[in-house]
Amino acid sequence: MGHPYIPNTAETRQQMLREIGVASIDELFVDIPKKIRLTHELNLPQAMSELEVKRHVQAMLSKNKPFTQMPSFLGGGVWPHHVPAHVRSLVQRSEFLTAYTPYQPEVSQGMLQALFEYQSLICELTAMDVANASMYDWATAVGEAALMCARVTGRRKVLVPELMSSERYAVLQNYAAGPGLEPVKLDYDWSTGQLDLSKLRAGLNEDVACVYVENPSYLGFLETGVDEIADAAHKVGALFVVGVNPISLGLLKAPGDYGADIVVGEGQPLGNPVSFGGPTLGLFACRDDPKLLRQIPGRIIGMTTTLDGKARGYTMVLQTREQHIRRERATSNICSNEALCAVAAAIYLTSLGPRGLRELAEICAANASYAIEKLGAIDGLEAPIFNAPHFNEFALRCTQPKLKIEKFNAALLKQGIQGGKPIRKEFPEFGETALLCLTELHTKADIDRLADAAAKAVGAKR
Amino acid sequence: MNYQQARWASKECLEPLVFELGKAGRRGATLPPKIPAGVKIPESLIRKELELPELSEPEIVRHYTRLSQMNYGVDSGFYPLGSCTMKYNPKISEELAALETAACIHPYQAEETVQGALELMYKLERHLAEIAGVARVCLHPSAGAHGEFLGMLLARAYHKSKGKERTEVVVPDSAHGTNFASAAMAGYNVVVVPSNARGRVDIEALRKAVSKRTAALMLTNPNTLGLFEDEILEIAEIVHGVGGLLYYDGANLNGILGKTRPGDMGFDIVHFNLHKTFATPHGGGGPGAGPVGVTRKLEKFLPMPVVEFDPKRKRYRLDYDRPQSVGKIKGFYGNFGVLVKAYAYIMQMGAQGLREVTEAAVLNANYIMRKLLDVEGYEIKFDQSGPCKHEVVFSAEPMKNKWGVKAHFVAKRLLDFGMHSPTYYFPPIVPEALMIEPTETEPKEELDRFIAALKEIADEAKTNPEKLLGAPTATAIGRLDETKASREPILSWRAYKKRVAHA
Repeated sequence: MGHPYIPNTAETRQQMLREIGVASIDELFVDIPKKIRLTHELNLPQAMSELEVKRHVQAMLSKNKPFTQMPSFLGGGVWPHHVPAHVRSLVQRSEFLTAYTPYQPEVSQGMLQALFEYQSLICELTAMDVANASMYDWATAVGEAALMCARVTGRRKVLVPELMSSERYAVLQNYAAGPGLEPVKLDYDWSTGQLDLSKLRAGLNEDVACVYVENPSYLGFLETGVDEIADAAHKVGALFVVGVNPISLGLLKAPGDYGADIVVGEGQPLGNPVSFGGPTLGLFACRDDPKLLRQIPGRIIGMTTTLDGKARGYTMVLQTREQHIRRERATSNICSNEALCAVAAAIYLTSLGPRGLRELAEICAANASYAIEKLGAIDGLEAPIFNAPHFNEFALRCTQPKLKIEKFNAALLKQGIQGGKPIRKEFPEFGETALLCLTELHTKADIDRLADAAAKAVGAKR
Repeated sequence: MNYQQARWASKECLEPLVFELGKAGRRGATLPPKIPAGVKIPESLIRKELELPELSEPEIVRHYTRLSQMNYGVDSGFYPLGSCTMKYNPKISEELAALETAACIHPYQAEETVQGALELMYKLERHLAEIAGVARVCLHPSAGAHGEFLGMLLARAYHKSKGKERTEVVVPDSAHGTNFASAAMAGYNVVVVPSNARGRVDIEALRKAVSKRTAALMLTNPNTLGLFEDEILEIAEIVHGVGGLLYYDGANLNGILGKTRPGDMGFDIVHFNLHKTFATPHGGGGPGAGPVGVTRKLEKFLPMPVVEFDPKRKRYRLDYDRPQSVGKIKGFYGNFGVLVKAYAYIMQMGAQGLREVTEAAVLNANYIMRKLLDVEGYEIKFDQSGPCKHEVVFSAEPMKNKWGVKAHFVAKRLLDFGMHSPTYYFPPIVPEALMIEPTETEPKEELDRFIAALKEIADEAKTNPEKLLGAPTATAIGRLDETKASREPILSWRAYKKRVAHA
């Protein structure tokens, strides 16, 4: 019996073989040495019909508990938001979905223009002039930014905050290792979490390629000294790289307005589902400077005209930076990226518009404020652990003696709530602490429920 | 069959940019009410302006629908883009990946609340390991090139553990550009080995190229000429003989499913392109997924975490206790949404189905090869005595020499027939290369139409080259000034506005 994805039936295949004078299918595989030819079928489960696969996968995935069925306070690099129905419906348009990279601009104007719009929207959001068509995720974007800064400056040191996500730091280490870059962690102020400016200044010299900060930081507080950090970096000729949650930029000052040379971040919250942490969308933007432009990694879409100069059109540009032309001297090995996630981000940003994005950011911040207020009032809990302004995430410390943060979370889960991400393993110095995230998905009732459950979990009276 | 792509246009442009649409005050999304709570963010940190478009939902839907109509995917028609395996992408996979139980789970959720996701990853890993003949598979990489980068990190960790740092990676001259770039990113020097007259790795040259400095050989098999490296066992012996590793670039795995396995050929590290071989859509550039498989001796170096099954507690868990791991190459655990689609595909195909995929794909490629060999204007530069695998590389050099028409124009003219261009000018060892990969999801009639189109184009080259040089005309837009696009780059709406203001 034929398979629905393989149109040519056994009969057609015989006919084709006859037409090209080949006796059998096996004859097409004689070039595979006998010694390595498989003589049995692969050991895989029996093929299923579409209905059976649907039931099988649904049943398997039904063992998951989605955050749509249980209040969850997880963020930390991917953040749950509502994806408007039309965003998904548009990115599922099969002309977008089933296309390859737009190598042939004449037949790919739709994807090229959508990506140009994405780049343009990211530039507006970050106050940068140039954005690429996406990196894999925030972490790899940090890695690529470090490599780019090293190429631009000819220097090797990459200064990063001690309080950055340990996963992103681990990825950075792997990207930095090849050309021998040296990531150096910068100390922070114990009470505020802020980057220690005097230690930063002491560590800055002409070996430093870039200073990287995250704003909002991984632990949710805002870095308030960004102007000083930018100045200090620029004084020694280092570049200033800023990592962002793009939703925060509806409310917060754009990195381009406080001296950033390169902006990276995680674009998932812009219209893409959390999806267990992938696909993600690495944001990458920079200032308009020929020195930087030549060294950007990844695909970039540019506007041009038809050959007669009359009509506007879009095409991939600056390809001489890329692997298929420059090979081992390319600015990066990336080719497949996260284009469709970028299109979703473009549609999402367009849908919210300037006022919608501002309102959304305010809702997230207000929810976090309210959660901080409620949780901070509970004996045995401390929130936030840093005395600094926060956006939509914050660290919550369990001060109840002998109560491990995992136990605290387990007690929440028993009450039908997914707590924050325990960060004791990443930052043992903060004790029994978890990172919580609030977005527009959370209702006031959800936060009240969290507070009630938390009070029960620490056994406190309220 | 006639083709005319949709074209929404005014005089000076196709569909306007989204920034040129809408009106102040419109919005395309609603939000829940804000709860009253004091947000303590100092005024100095608050943004003053944000210029985003303001459109209503119907305007947005119409704009992006029009853009999609000016794009071309596998669902639109034949897409013989060599080495990209543009096969049909099953719709059921999309439905499953969009389930709330897949799309709305967070990577840091308590393990007991994501058992289904972990089970799917665990089983997908086992299936991929079986398909490639390797011990373990890491699902983290986001794309093939990302997998190559991980492969190089694994090679480095392996050699380091043996107490010897190695400095060189050997790559054939027919290899994908990413191989060179990935090796360089991981800090290796690239040594190139030439192909022989049969279009395979030159064994003698390989012998000379490898040494105690060789960390790995990166090889695509079938190679980028669509030919099986039939001396693969000798190649493996040579590389392993100097203590190097063999890396398998999985771009062309569709040519050997169920027929042979990289692990059986002697490869130590293997990457898969789920967005090629396993039918997940390429999304106009991504997201993809590029899992990496390894043999037993490299298992301990794989990134963290790996999914393990605890048979006693009947629970899946994420294992971070891996002291020799290379660490991380991406946040979280991989492009899970893509993994769901690939898993659903494998479950629908089964072992026999996957073997038939390769048989049908290889037959389709050979059918094109044999039929096109008779057509004046095209020729095959390397071995044509035996079969090709899933793709075939023709050269349009005769056409260029006889009638002055280059491969580039053949590719552009093909668009007018409602077909996507093959990959062209790659691999670089073939002059005027046209790299054609039909895949198994094309019926014979479509292949016949393609062959007829290439014949017609050759006739045009001979009799009416003008028509060819003006192509394409059936697309939303004609040929673009790509030189100007890179020389005077306009990369954003702001840059465009500045440009217009200066002009």
